[in-house]
Amino acid sequence: MRYLPKSPGDREAMLRTIGAGSIDDLFSPIPAEYRLQRDLQIPRQMAESEIVDWFQQRARENGEGCTVFLGAGAYNHYRPVIIDSLVSRGEFLTSYTPYQAEISQGTLQAIFEFQSMICELTGMEVANASMYDGSTAAAEAIMMAVRVTGRNSAVIARSVHPEYQEVVKTYATHQGLPLNTVNFGENGRVDLQALEQAITDNTACVLIQSPNFFGTIEDVAAIADLAHSKGAMLVVSIAEAISLGIVKPPAEADIVAMEAQSFGVPLGFGGPYCGVLATREKFVRQLPGRLAGQTTDKNGNRGFVLTLATREQHIRREKATSNICTNQALVALMANIFMTVYGRVGLRELAKQNLAKAAYAADHFGREAKVLFAGAPRFHEFVVQTTEDPSVINSRLLGHKIVGGFPLKRAYPELGNASLWCCTELTTRSAIDTVCGLISEYEETAKTSEPRMQEVAQ
Amino acid sequence: MNTTKATRHVNQNEGLIFEKSSPGKAAWKLPPLDVPEVDVDVALGSSARKDLGEMPEVSEIEIIRHFTRLSTWNYAIDLGMYPLGSCTMKYNPRVNEVVVRLDRLANAHPYAPEKISQGAMRILRVLSDALIEITGMDTITLQPAAGAQGEMTGLLMVRAYHESKGNARKKVLIPDSAHGTNPATAAMVDYAVENLKSNERGTVDVSALASQMNEDVAALMLTNPNTLGVFEDEIHKIADILHAKGGLLYMDGANMNALVGKARPGDFGVDLMHLNLHKTFSTPHGGGGPGSGPVACKQILEPFLPSPVLISKPDGTLGFDYDRKQSVGRVRAFYGNFGMFVRALAYIFANGPDGLRQTTEDAVLNANYIRKGLTGTFDLPYSTPSMHEVVFSDKLQNKNGIKTMDLAKRLIDYGFHPYTTAFPLIVPGALMIEPTESESKEELDLFVEAMKSIAQEAQQNPQTILDAPHNTRISRLDETAAARKPILRWKRST
Repeated sequence: MRYLPKSPGDREAMLRTIGAGSIDDLFSPIPAEYRLQRDLQIPRQMAESEIVDWFQQRARENGEGCTVFLGAGAYNHYRPVIIDSLVSRGEFLTSYTPYQAEISQGTLQAIFEFQSMICELTGMEVANASMYDGSTAAAEAIMMAVRVTGRNSAVIARSVHPEYQEVVKTYATHQGLPLNTVNFGENGRVDLQALEQAITDNTACVLIQSPNFFGTIEDVAAIADLAHSKGAMLVVSIAEAISLGIVKPPAEADIVAMEAQSFGVPLGFGGPYCGVLATREKFVRQLPGRLAGQTTDKNGNRGFVLTLATREQHIRREKATSNICTNQALVALMANIFMTVYGRVGLRELAKQNLAKAAYAADHFGREAKVLFAGAPRFHEFVVQTTEDPSVINSRLLGHKIVGGFPLKRAYPELGNASLWCCTELTTRSAIDTVCGLISEYEETAKTSEPRMQEVAQ
Repeated sequence: MNTTKATRHVNQNEGLIFEKSSPGKAAWKLPPLDVPEVDVDVALGSSARKDLGEMPEVSEIEIIRHFTRLSTWNYAIDLGMYPLGSCTMKYNPRVNEVVVRLDRLANAHPYAPEKISQGAMRILRVLSDALIEITGMDTITLQPAAGAQGEMTGLLMVRAYHESKGNARKKVLIPDSAHGTNPATAAMVDYAVENLKSNERGTVDVSALASQMNEDVAALMLTNPNTLGVFEDEIHKIADILHAKGGLLYMDGANMNALVGKARPGDFGVDLMHLNLHKTFSTPHGGGGPGSGPVACKQILEPFLPSPVLISKPDGTLGFDYDRKQSVGRVRAFYGNFGMFVRALAYIFANGPDGLRQTTEDAVLNANYIRKGLTGTFDLPYSTPSMHEVVFSDKLQNKNGIKTMDLAKRLIDYGFHPYTTAFPLIVPGALMIEPTESESKEELDLFVEAMKSIAQEAQQNPQTILDAPHNTRISRLDETAAARKPILRWKRST
């Protein structure tokens, strides 16, 4: 086996040194009846060329060269090539959690820079080294709010990513944590009146997403006022990190629960992505996850260490802030490099292109079908209502190598034939024009055939 | 210092990226916009952002040098032995990194129609089947993002199972040798933690278990081999005691590298378990993640798997079933850390059944070789046979005022990454050494030689050890100051 650095002679010599007659002697602690006496029934050992070939075949089965209008929590942005050049360095790729600070300064300083940039972008004072993803970050933020406030329930906006809502529910169910959901209004934003009624003096926090699942930017300040006036915290989830280049940071929030996938992380069929939690300094001891902090060595040199570990499971066990151990470090490094590449000016320009593409697309879609939730600002996603079921439209579009918007029927049946469309800097004008042309055709046919269908039905 | 491995670490200075920034430098270039520009203030109104504060402005070469220099301050498997016990720091094959970056896998959108996601789903299926066979279980979810989340998923399934029988039960038994995530996880799913004392062999005290087991116990969380690297040889009795009172046996699969191809948890009474793809199945640790923590289980627990579940459709294609009435729900968005699945499967292909068995045998051989080499030099608190890792203590060095962390810091000067210090908790001053299969006899000999040399220094010149490391870019850092007045972000000094 090519990964194993031993000759048969080495193995024999080592067994002799140990004083074992055979390798099986070393497995004798396992009762004989449980020792596997056959080969595992898995594919045979393959050559490297065969492995590459096998995965290339799977890649081909995944369909070819489609233009994708999907977002919905996983965004297609350009990834600068230096991200992979740098994260492929073995010193980053094949190291582990930087417990031994003296030989982990590379990872530690990178985390410190990551934390600093996340603070800068979100308007928060401290950020952790990463969480699994945006959904678990949101769930952990709610549990953190429960610890901080001593209150025992949470209010969640229905305009939060439906899968994030499901994850929050899974985490909350066994914490004895009732969840109230609050609907969205005509403009796609959280219904403020309903929110006011939903917050009680047992509400630990309000969870919203901005830009929300429909791409609409919430009135964070107004929601913060409502929550704070009743002693509840505000948790803002951000699924599209690029929005921070151009959308005011949710500085009024108490906790920001982010998904940083947009910062240079491949779509990769849904993971690994990069969650992050950021908050106020005064709440830092209730923050889960790892933190890198600056300090000095005995010669006064600046260096970085993992700090405030008394929050964590390896010290506090069942009294820890969370059970999280392994996080998303290498993915956070991708995000770190991405943020460094675009920086203060580039992130803004990048976000502006996303805004412009979506504005153009929404405008053109609006001429062929109904674009919902006008009257509130949006970033780069918008909801389109069609005459036909979006799944039917999407399967037709697929024939033209176009992947249409995300159908909303499962999570939002009240919106009818609605789907969520996304444009990024990678979406070309000609692709938008093409898809609008096709939608126009489909709508035309659907509208004219609809009365006829009704006649038939009668 | 007298081993040939001893080496100096790279010492190039490098500031924070913010300290290199100046207005007007840029590492980015966007193509010309092909749609009309939008007036941000008009489009976003009061939600428009004015500026991005202290975000850096640097050029591409500066970024390359910055992160390359930082990288040289890290120790890594690629540089040498990294014997962190319970972390399984094995070789991370490079073909894994190539296949995960294949265009249509790396760029597959999780919500792309099933019709154009069949390749990705086939990978999920083939990996699932392999892991089910390796563990001897009936079914699996790949959704959990890491080992700790696998534990949470597993315990949620335990709870759902008991609830389906009318009583969720109150507590989970956890041996005192367990990893800290186990009790932290039990607390997250609202089970009380009851400590289970280990016996003088370092294994579960079966009679204590029998007396503590009752109808309030939902499950036992057991790491096997345990954190001492010892196989729980009374595992069948343990399982019987649990099952007789309706409890479930949960196995923490952190140490599965001792078993793959040699024994299957499903065969020795385990009801459900998680795997760490970043440990046993060679996906890179990446400076702390990402991991992946699939949960495999017996058929009785299948209804409770997280949603969605991968299914084969009548037409032979694959799809996701979201309609799962008894499911514990979702534990994260989408389907799991897919990139880790690709890597783990590439590793399984590269090994095949013979390679996986040889891997396990070599991992156990290496640990026993180190044990043999260092017994006598260091105190071995439990003489029970070792599987894939061996745990010594610093007892013999204590009389010279040397603790396990001091020995670890000195080991850095010899060019190795330290072992795991001060864990498991049942061994005061533990040195937990897991070499994995990836070390050659030569590297192991150097390691043993280095440890012996350090033990000698402990007697002759303890101050050298207390001041270690000497050869790193920085010396021991003031962790107390870091925690007392935390500086957790860069700020421009005024």
